[in-house]
Amino acid sequence: MRPESPLPDNNSSKCVIAHNLDIGYQGEIIVPQVNFGLTCGESLALVGINGSGKTTMLKTIVGLLPPIKGEITVLGNPPGKNPHQLAYLSQFHDSGFILPLRVKDVVQMGRFTEKGLFGRMTQIDEEIITTSMHRMGIEDLRDAPLRMLSGGQQQRVYMAQVLARQADLIVLDEPTSSLDASGRELFSHIMDEERQRGAMIVIATHDIQLAAECNQAMLLAREVVAVGPGEEILTPEALLKTFGIVLLYQGEDKGVGIVEREHGHN
Amino acid sequence: MLNALLAGFLVSIACGIIGTFIVLRGLAFIGDALAHGVLPGIALALLLGFPGILGATVGALVMIGGISLITRRTRLSSDTAIGLLFVGMLALGVVIVSRSNSFSGDLVRVLFGEILGITPSALLIQSAATLIIIVTVIVCARPFLMLCFSPEQAQVAGFSASLYHNIMLALVALTVITSFQTVGTLLVFGMLLAPAGAGALIARRVRSMMIWAAVFGSLSVYFGLLVSYHFNLAAGASIVLVATLIFFLVFFLRSRPLSTFGSPHLG
Repeated sequence: MRPESPLPDNNSSKCVIAHNLDIGYQGEIIVPQVNFGLTCGESLALVGINGSGKTTMLKTIVGLLPPIKGEITVLGNPPGKNPHQLAYLSQFHDSGFILPLRVKDVVQMGRFTEKGLFGRMTQIDEEIITTSMHRMGIEDLRDAPLRMLSGGQQQRVYMAQVLARQADLIVLDEPTSSLDASGRELFSHIMDEERQRGAMIVIATHDIQLAAECNQAMLLAREVVAVGPGEEILTPEALLKTFGIVLLYQGEDKGVGIVEREHGHN
Repeated sequence: MLNALLAGFLVSIACGIIGTFIVLRGLAFIGDALAHGVLPGIALALLLGFPGILGATVGALVMIGGISLITRRTRLSSDTAIGLLFVGMLALGVVIVSRSNSFSGDLVRVLFGEILGITPSALLIQSAATLIIIVTVIVCARPFLMLCFSPEQAQVAGFSASLYHNIMLALVALTVITSFQTVGTLLVFGMLLAPAGAGALIARRVRSMMIWAAVFGSLSVYFGLLVSYHFNLAAGASIVLVATLIFFLVFFLRSRPLSTFGSPHLG
């Protein structure tokens, strides 16, 4: 149940550590007793059905929800104290359709934390913005209004904003939900690149394939069903407990198959 | 008449900028509530012989304080809190006004403004308020934009969502309080929504939406005053009527190209 890699040093400013952590809303515990450690260049996938506690976990890590009990250290501080090192992409962007913004304006927001209220955008910022759009394959849409883009294109724009932050910790809530196959492939590639430069990544997802690509996975069903390296914990038994159906991970080339359906779980 | 035009243009600029945020952030209901919530404050101030603007300020503070108290202490949604206080404050205003017979004229003045009788001091206050709004929006441009995009995103990016939300509310209140003398509490809301709404239909950037809104507002003031002068109509109501007409004009002119524009040539 413990991650295979040794737990990072508690004092390290480059890691995320949760110890006997209870998370939830307004005093109500949604997932009790969370333990995990994540260090430079590692990724963690949170897997579970809707309401299993994935988003609660992400919001606790980025400091939007206070932990109910236990300890969590993010980049050497309590959550929410390192905005300069953090990038967060939430699940919903309800206002995206009406906001009069061009693609470039959205990506540029990724530089606001670094620049503060008054800092001028420099040539370096412009280059970061352009590179981020290029990496997500949207540089041709630079001046396109956000509201005229498809869902998948919008998701690429939001990802470009995340990249423009150049964060040490990247927290993403279902980042591939609207992406097509090529977008999905690009996403995996980008995540590899980000890990190689030393960023930590936490992703909430329904996508078992994506979870298997991460260094660690955590199965959630209002409790931590399992946490550890994907190939060890993405077992039929654990997935049955997480999803209420049996899914079988058959290795990287064969993907995931639904083997047997069971009736709900408690 | 020159003063009326000047005051109207200042209101249009303030309402164009603040209205843009109201439209983008879906704050219409709270703007409406503020516009009506200031009524008992104004009525009470006039009854006691204080300046109406002082009463309006107190009314707005009570309104915002009440809303945040109810939403923090209970699980009721802010919609419920706003609606409740909105109706309560409006009723209180009418009750206060009905105490005095000589007041019915004042009530009309408060609700619909008296742009034609605008005093130089009111003009000065309006100028100061518009300046404060412009400066604050320039200073807070980045957090305000992030708030429109996603309050959570703003918070995580290090811009306190509650702080900047409250600053934005304070600007809405300032706009409502200072504009009531010109277009009245009932109609200031129209000036907040109609020009910004029309701007939202055509603007591609937030800044251009504000400029469009201010231009539409100013046109409404100009033509509203013109119409009211020639046909002897209520000035404030004429202005808001023109603003609403402009919105629908933009809407109909815009709806045709939008249907081809919105097609998924990008998607």
